[in-house]
Amino acid sequence: MSYELLTLVYVFVLAIFVGFEVISKVPVVLHTPLMSGTNAIHGIVVIGGIIVLGTGTGPLEWLLGFIAVVFGAANLAGGFVVTDRMLEMFKGRPKPGGK
Amino acid sequence: MRSDIPVAIHFAYLVASILFIVGLKFLSSPARARRGNQLAAAGMLIAIGATMLIPGVRLSPVLFLGLALGGGAGVWAARRVAITDMPQMVAILNGLGGGAAAAVSVAEIWRAAHPDLAEALISALGVSARQGARHGASMIELLGVLIGSVSFSGSVIAWGKLQGVMPEKAIAGGWVRLVNIGIVLAIAIAGYVAMTGGGTAAVVMFTLGSLAFGVFMVVPIGGADMPVVISLLNSCTGLAAASTGFTLDNRALIIAGTLVGASGTLLTRMMCKAMNRSLANVLFSGFGAGAPAAAGGAKVAARPVREIGPEDAAVLLSNIRSLIIIPGYGMAVAQAQHAVREMADLLAKRGVDVKYAIHPVAGRMPGHMNVLLAEANVPYTQLYDLDQINPEFERADVALVIGANDVVNPAARTDSASPIYGMPILDADKAQHCIIIKRSMSPGFAGIDNPIYYEPRTMMMFGDARGAVTKLNEALKAM
Repeated sequence: MSYELLTLVYVFVLAIFVGFEVISKVPVVLHTPLMSGTNAIHGIVVIGGIIVLGTGTGPLEWLLGFIAVVFGAANLAGGFVVTDRMLEMFKGRPKPGGK
Repeated sequence: MRSDIPVAIHFAYLVASILFIVGLKFLSSPARARRGNQLAAAGMLIAIGATMLIPGVRLSPVLFLGLALGGGAGVWAARRVAITDMPQMVAILNGLGGGAAAAVSVAEIWRAAHPDLAEALISALGVSARQGARHGASMIELLGVLIGSVSFSGSVIAWGKLQGVMPEKAIAGGWVRLVNIGIVLAIAIAGYVAMTGGGTAAVVMFTLGSLAFGVFMVVPIGGADMPVVISLLNSCTGLAAASTGFTLDNRALIIAGTLVGASGTLLTRMMCKAMNRSLANVLFSGFGAGAPAAAGGAKVAARPVREIGPEDAAVLLSNIRSLIIIPGYGMAVAQAQHAVREMADLLAKRGVDVKYAIHPVAGRMPGHMNVLLAEANVPYTQLYDLDQINPEFERADVALVIGANDVVNPAARTDSASPIYGMPILDADKAQHCIIIKRSMSPGFAGIDNPIYYEPRTMMMFGDARGAVTKLNEALKAM
């Protein structure tokens, strides 16, 4: 196993623990926003699309890269906006004179 | 291109990763959740900007067109979607991410299989070639294709079920299992061929097999189990993104993807635990498919139930001290959350203490009920988890069940023969009275008869959730 790959495995394993640790106690009230927030974060795959499209050497790579960029961008933009819309609605107590 | 990513870009990725982690942390606390989402979005912008600055990555107009197209469509859909359609929206966004990961992985396999062309062009651009020209696909690339494709097709099917364009019913039967075994075998063979000899046909077969696996994994699962499925697919897309990070030697992809994979796995486990079932049981048992016949229509019709009309219910409700409302998927389907909120307000004015009891798997996605009630401006301080609220039912005058069924089924506590035996439920039957708003006596999605309907203290109010609650509100106002 190369040193490079080993470093990546380190990063991967530690990220698993961070992922578990960070959300270990999440109230049910936030399950949906948490899910749609993480949903937006995996839109990070768009940068994979950017690399494939930007370094691609043939029509097939360009096509696949383009698909990945469009899908990834839709995933992350839509995900963040949807999450924000939901979180905007969560209020601790009714505002005085509010709706 | 791998190891010669400039240090500045590595640092930008590090900053982005920190923002993702802090954002995720904030997302699990109600007061800071919105800020957390914004932090994660800022991290995303940094990661994208840094990627564009990697030497050798061409910034073509096509790239910006793709970003604008995808981003624009995403924002447009996200602004437009009704809160009640949120489960579908999450499913489709998830599918897009999975599709993107699969596309990236396939492109990388192809590039590895055609190293001469790639190297010629890359060296012409003045960037060092990728290490080790290979001809077969690597395990991690295939993993990216597999998980990404399963996420994509599985999410599309989940979307179809949630949107109502596909039957929501669970399917059980040996043929589903047989088909799945066949698909897994085909994937394994195609994967082996792709890894050893390469060949476009093997990669195409592998991709098609993975897509088919996603379809046949989700098709048999009933609508009531969708919270688990959506959460699981979300976590899969995260892992698919992480695997593209290995392929492209990109740490931002690995960290962000793995964070999502890990947190999604945790959420999936919470959902399963809330139903006292294993993930394998949710995925492969065809849960509830066989039960309607066993529950028997004749037996249901034969047992008497007490009925209550909106006027009587209004009189009863306005003369009590404490009310616990139990919303379920029926409230979501009928879009009754605003009417429910109005009723709660009317009753609160008459001095009734109103609380909402939220079962972890009520609805079609994790936290579904919370989102709907938040849309109707119900403060989240009135919403209670299962553990918090269950001791309070004994002191409650009325438990009002709106479009929920299995989550209040006492058979889960008492009847070891019941398919849902052992699932933690809301103890609606322990309240002084129980009013159940339901369209008909038909059993719920799990297809299991519910003994709570025949309890002497239970009163049924037939009608769809919004119609029934609206009538109740009118009666309350007229009093």
